[in-house]
Amino acid sequence: MAIIKIDKTSCKGCDICYAVCPKKIFVRSQNRNQYGTNMPEVVNPENCTYCTMCERMCPDGAILVERGEIIEDED
Amino acid sequence: MNSLFEEYIRKEALPTLFCPGCGNGIVQQAAIRAIDKLGIRENTALVSGIGCSSWIPCYINMDVMHTIHGRALAFATGLKLAQPDKNVMVFTGDGDCLAIGGNHFIHAAGRNIDITVIMINNYIYGMTGGQKSPTTPMNAVTKTSPFGSIDYPLDGCALANTLGASYVARWTTAHPIQLEKSIKEGIETKGFSYIEVLAQCPVQGGKNVYGEKEPAAILRKYRDMAKEGTVSLGVLKSEKTKEEYIERLRKKETL
Repeated sequence: MAIIKIDKTSCKGCDICYAVCPKKIFVRSQNRNQYGTNMPEVVNPENCTYCTMCERMCPDGAILVERGEIIEDED
Repeated sequence: MNSLFEEYIRKEALPTLFCPGCGNGIVQQAAIRAIDKLGIRENTALVSGIGCSSWIPCYINMDVMHTIHGRALAFATGLKLAQPDKNVMVFTGDGDCLAIGGNHFIHAAGRNIDITVIMINNYIYGMTGGQKSPTTPMNAVTKTSPFGSIDYPLDGCALANTLGASYVARWTTAHPIQLEKSIKEGIETKGFSYIEVLAQCPVQGGKNVYGEKEPAAILRKYRDMAKEGTVSLGVLKSEKTKEEYIERLRKKETL
């Protein structure tokens, strides 16, 4: 499962990440960043396909996508 | 924070002065990724002039020269002649490169000196408050053209192509992977490489220039424009055999 970290000090609340994610795993939240605008929140990170488009398209480099534990099938 | 930003950005200078949704950060990240993949961090110098886009290298923890308005290419030419082993990259905007620095651009491209120019074209003067720039599209309402612009926009890629640059490409901020590949090719090409990036300025440009206000909507519009073919995107010219300025200079020295 992907671990997606959003940096509170870097995020400026430009809403680009909502549009570029093909799986729509970012949703608006009530959390405020240091600019006072709303930050995105991650829901259903297991849908992430590691395309890292959010990481590339974030103008402030606030998003970090890490590969979490890979659960392998026994077969 | 992004792991590459963690490694390359001067954290004491944060936050950046870019407005929320500005395209400059996307170009900055593509350039950092290209430099990181080529492994040329110690051997690269970044030069910039004045403007929003010229602040891009100032946040990168590398050799940076922030110079006077429009003269970034003149400074970069001097730097390249003094230290021919260094890779020189120039970050410049549409006003900096084509308006006040137009003459320097013409001569640097004509000489075909080994510099990689990344021109961030947001169709407007962002830093000074939204005046008309040479690339502003027809009928766009700006602060200095309140009834709509009546000038034909200037095409920087066609100009660089005509003047004989080795590598000419155009991408938008909606194509970060292709942009990174183009910057890599531009650095590797011996000769003048001109990469134009269509970026968004949601604060000063907005609805009057792009037809959309939100940054994500402008990006979507750029992607649609690429699909419809209203702007010519991609690598427009790649001529790797053309002789470069410093090679020609060395030939004269050996005579």
